[in-house]
Amino acid sequence: MEFFHSVPRFRFMAQRRVCYVISAVIVLGSLVAEGVHGLNLAVDFTGGVVIEAGYSGVADLEKTHAALRTAGYPEVAVQNFGSSKDVLVRLPPLVGSTSTTEVTKKIETALKTVDPLVQIRRTESVGPQVGKELFVKGVTAMCITVLLILVYIAFRFRWKFGVGAVLATLHDPFVVIGVFAISGMTFDLSVLAAVLAVIGYSINETVVVFDRVRELFPVMRKAQPIEVFDRAINETLSRTVITKFATLIVVVALYLFGGEALRGFGLALIVGILAVTYSSMYVASGVALDLGSSHRDLMPAERRAPVDNLP
Amino acid sequence: MNRYPLWKSLLFAGVMLLALILALPNVFGEAPALQLSRKDGELFAGPAAVQQFRDLLEREKVSPDTAFLQQGRVVLRFADVPSQLKARDVIETSSPGAYAIATTFASRAPSWVRTMGLKPMSLGLDLRGGIYLVYEVDVEGAIKQTLQRLERDYRMALREKRIQYESVEGTAGGVFVVLRDAARRDDARTALQAVDPNVTLTAATDANGLATLRTTLSEVQIRQRQDFAIQQNITALGNRVNALGVSEASVQRQGANRIAVQLPGVQDASEVIRLLGKTATLEFRLVDQTANPIEAQQTGRVPLGTKLYKERNGRPVLLKREVIVTGEQLTDATSTLQQGEPAVSVRLDGRGGEEMLRTTRENLGKPMAVVFIERERQLRDQGGQKVAVDVTREDVISVATIRGVFSNQFQITGLTVREGQELAKLLRAGALAAPVIIVEQRLIGPSLGQDNIDKGVRALVIGSVALFAFMAIYYSGFGLVANLVLICNVVLLTACLSLFGAALTLPGIAGIVLTVGMAVDANILIYERIREELRHGNSPHAAIKAGFEKALSAIADANVTTLIAGVVLFLFGTGPIKGFAVVLSVGILTTLFTALMGTRTVIALIWGRRASIAHLPV
Repeated sequence: MEFFHSVPRFRFMAQRRVCYVISAVIVLGSLVAEGVHGLNLAVDFTGGVVIEAGYSGVADLEKTHAALRTAGYPEVAVQNFGSSKDVLVRLPPLVGSTSTTEVTKKIETALKTVDPLVQIRRTESVGPQVGKELFVKGVTAMCITVLLILVYIAFRFRWKFGVGAVLATLHDPFVVIGVFAISGMTFDLSVLAAVLAVIGYSINETVVVFDRVRELFPVMRKAQPIEVFDRAINETLSRTVITKFATLIVVVALYLFGGEALRGFGLALIVGILAVTYSSMYVASGVALDLGSSHRDLMPAERRAPVDNLP
Repeated sequence: MNRYPLWKSLLFAGVMLLALILALPNVFGEAPALQLSRKDGELFAGPAAVQQFRDLLEREKVSPDTAFLQQGRVVLRFADVPSQLKARDVIETSSPGAYAIATTFASRAPSWVRTMGLKPMSLGLDLRGGIYLVYEVDVEGAIKQTLQRLERDYRMALREKRIQYESVEGTAGGVFVVLRDAARRDDARTALQAVDPNVTLTAATDANGLATLRTTLSEVQIRQRQDFAIQQNITALGNRVNALGVSEASVQRQGANRIAVQLPGVQDASEVIRLLGKTATLEFRLVDQTANPIEAQQTGRVPLGTKLYKERNGRPVLLKREVIVTGEQLTDATSTLQQGEPAVSVRLDGRGGEEMLRTTRENLGKPMAVVFIERERQLRDQGGQKVAVDVTREDVISVATIRGVFSNQFQITGLTVREGQELAKLLRAGALAAPVIIVEQRLIGPSLGQDNIDKGVRALVIGSVALFAFMAIYYSGFGLVANLVLICNVVLLTACLSLFGAALTLPGIAGIVLTVGMAVDANILIYERIREELRHGNSPHAAIKAGFEKALSAIADANVTTLIAGVVLFLFGTGPIKGFAVVLSVGILTTLFTALMGTRTVIALIWGRRASIAHLPV
């Protein structure tokens, strides 16, 4: 089977300016969404207490909330978690010397008034300081990753490519985070891990296109750079589509079948992969092109010695 | 012809064979088990140790499926949980308090797998259920304690030397001493320097013309004190975690001032936290040599003014009732070498030093003992009900002869290196504890853990099967090769994780799924290249060769960048995220190996020997 029997001749780069606008809108939109809605950060980052409880039947959220209010917890958030039987109770960080276990016991007692057979499946309590640190660490990790990748790409290609790759790479997490801001899905540690994986994946994609550009420049001596970029994207298009589809298969499986704990992780990767497909084609190549990548950037240094010892 | 060097094919085959063996223990699953360790800290040794439990359980008709020694502990594996629990009661009632009995899981793998030293991946807390606690050591508090102690010692030193002072006050970063005049200050400086030679003393004159001395702790001292506080808490927590008898429990330093405790399988959070929160203390006492301790033990008659203790090897010893120094007065204990001999070097604060000076002066040549006191709460099953019993454990951890007159610094010698380290550890654990607070606490129920495993594995299986089907349809023969290589990749990844002893977490399972999804990219890159070459009219053999060669740089670059993300994630992540990072990073390496070497080997094996191929199934 083959989707692309011959190399397509789409003129991708002709539309790159349009795509810059689209990208700018997406990034700005994402920032606005984060500003307006705010990210629904998990206790991992905000500090606080979450309690997951399994009811014997369909959980009555109203009653649960009322019971918790009577128990002295007016600031709790109560929501379903995965199924109608499972409930997630979330409290702000505990102050002073209040012990988590005490609070858990009180909440369990309160929930038992709603359903005597309720089972506490998980409790997590994170101090506000720890949460803040995890958040800072996460952001630091993202910055370091991007920086290291820039260095690597600049080393393996040329700095113009490096800039293109990094802009594309920065673009993708914005899309993912924007989707989380708009949908209000919980952004927890595993989603952060997924975002970092998307960064790695994004660069992975860009590299494949750049690799082809590098290969084509010496071959297409007479052509304009824009033609080289277009041909590189077209020649890798089949692989891009197939790979994305293959990865999406497993990621969708994670999203659908991995349970509530992996749903956010799965969604982040699905959105990320779609964003990556777009950004690796338009943003990365477009920027590298507009920065004036030409034969001169790649020609002499890039006639690499033939790699021997191939597999 | 499209041959692949024989040695590379053999290398691939060899690695995969090894990987299969290493990954093997993971397929057997686990069964409930008991893990026994001796409470006196000794290790079980020899087949007799195991046989004694086999015999005991056989008499009570709860024979274990298998029983073996593992690092000095006896592991008994049972068919189901009821027999596991019954066996625990049998052992506990036959010899109460002799063993720490932990309920755990043991691999169902046959014994030859175990004797080869092969182990399955351990399951993380989110998959097995259990408690995760992060303690924060109050380093500020520890420094404050040090300053308070210094302040007290300064007052004492000045009084002793009869130097009149206006005031001695602890301030934020040090101690502030005010004296009448500069002459007194010079005397005071000498006296205070003797108390602790490591602090910096700064002389000045205050607004009222009084001479002052400001003491500040040096950076090094502050760091030492912090490290001591953390090490002390790690030791103390480690001791108590061991006493809980939880297998695979871990106590680890996390960052500058935190300690992470993982207790797989444990559910009673409040009880555990109370147990771990207990602090130990020490007492230095003189040994009473006038009476015979063995006789006292047998008759139960203890001479007046003494108390009967046991050393850690069970030997009885009579100690005088008066306590010379307690753990609160101990400031440091380290194992060192004293003229080539292992020794433990102990430091006391000023008051402790004074007591020690008086005692040693009067008791030269007599033995002195150190008692380690720890209160613990044990859960005993009584007729099916769990009853908490408070137990105070008092162990004599050292008996040494006073060989000289000393005050706040001395050495305990006559130990082996290991004994020295152990004693230093216990002494530190018994010193005045730096306060700790729990800053993170996670409890995962066992049913949720199993649920996570089931769903994670389900996602992996469904995702993989769908992917395999797609690859087979899209690339036919070569697609099947890619699928075979993907399976090799997962086997190799599992083998690596088992070999490293990495714990599998839920994000780790997600990492495996993602690895499968991304690994296939390498094959697709190669296959698309081969198709391109074929389209250009190259012969099948040439197309295969060129496809691999031209795809290589893209595959390498792409994977290195993802590896960068994985490594950063590992460095910055904690807990389950670290697990994800490990799987992602190792997964990239196994992907490179299997996709490049494996694919080539298999393709060369099937199509390589044919002189000409009419059609390539790609």
